[in-house]
Amino acid sequence: MWWARLLNIISGLLAGGVAASTTSYESIATVTVGSGNAASIDFTSIPQTFKHLQIRGIMRGSASTTSNDQVRIRFNDDSANNYAYHMLLGSGSAATASGTATQSQIIGMQIVGSGSTANVFGASVTDILDYTSTTKNKTVRILDGQDTNGAGYVVFQSGLWFKTPEAITKVSIFYPNGSTAGIGQYSSFALYGIKG
Amino acid sequence: MAAGSTYTPIATTTIGSTTASYTFSSIPSTYTDLVLICSGYGASVDGNVFVCQVNGDTGTNYSTTRLSGNGTTASSGRRTSVTRAFLSDASGLPNSSSQISNYIVNFMNYSNTTTYKTIISRANVASGTYPATEALVNLWRNTAAINEIKVFPDPSENFAAGFTLTLYGIAAA
Repeated sequence: MWWARLLNIISGLLAGGVAASTTSYESIATVTVGSGNAASIDFTSIPQTFKHLQIRGIMRGSASTTSNDQVRIRFNDDSANNYAYHMLLGSGSAATASGTATQSQIIGMQIVGSGSTANVFGASVTDILDYTSTTKNKTVRILDGQDTNGAGYVVFQSGLWFKTPEAITKVSIFYPNGSTAGIGQYSSFALYGIKG
Repeated sequence: MAAGSTYTPIATTTIGSTTASYTFSSIPSTYTDLVLICSGYGASVDGNVFVCQVNGDTGTNYSTTRLSGNGTTASSGRRTSVTRAFLSDASGLPNSSSQISNYIVNFMNYSNTTTYKTIISRANVASGTYPATEALVNLWRNTAAINEIKVFPDPSENFAAGFTLTLYGIAAA
């Protein structure tokens, strides 16, 4: 209610601190990988009551990939060539740009392979804008990176899902290269909704 | 169904008089991620970078990979086994109130006690002597939960009065 928010703001100002949380950013679901590792992480039955989605996560691969590999992202189980992406990548020594059209998935966060330093996890923040629209293609932006004290990458990415527009009800994050259990233990992804 | 609202302000400050550092202490472990948003400029020296240390750790337990663009060139760099996390590196903290720098820093899964901590930062300085927009990923090689964050200009500068720092907590379902 408006008066409750106003009271929060006033109380925050009087206390010299900040106002209490509003209700525009909500946690929807979290998946944390257990000891068996995981081939994919799926957020299903995503409520259609928000304006945007954000996925925040940390991840380590269970395979021996050591550098410059990424998880993939799909929406609504669409595995057709309805995706495109661009990325700007820093390797610690050079900045490079790349992009590919007409793909079967979007490129996601950088993977720290099981051969890398123990306990190191990459991290990502993924924004999915206007995910409920049935008239617009969906655009994704990702900020992610991993650093292993001597190697690593930091990346800006954008992705497009250009299937005939439909609301996103499922997001799948999966490991490439046919691995059946490529997302390692303690990897964790949390889905949030942002109201409009 | 959504589990509830989050992205909660934990603490905020506006620097009242010139100071060399600011420390968020006794950070509750009840959230999943922390987001630190800062804006302002330096008191006197032009071009310092913005760094942090966590849990009072001044050892060489941090490392950084950077991606930046300065209006002319895109570049990437790395620092290994350093004594602080670099929340900016190519951009320089201006020393003028007309040249404000902004930082958004994500401390990912800060409260777990299993993994090393990864910190992702965005820094922007649009004008001044060292303008740049950049993204940085930092590793703190420690599995402890983060309960304290000290931020400061590096190597030697003070925050000017009016520098704002706000720490938010995000709790996953």
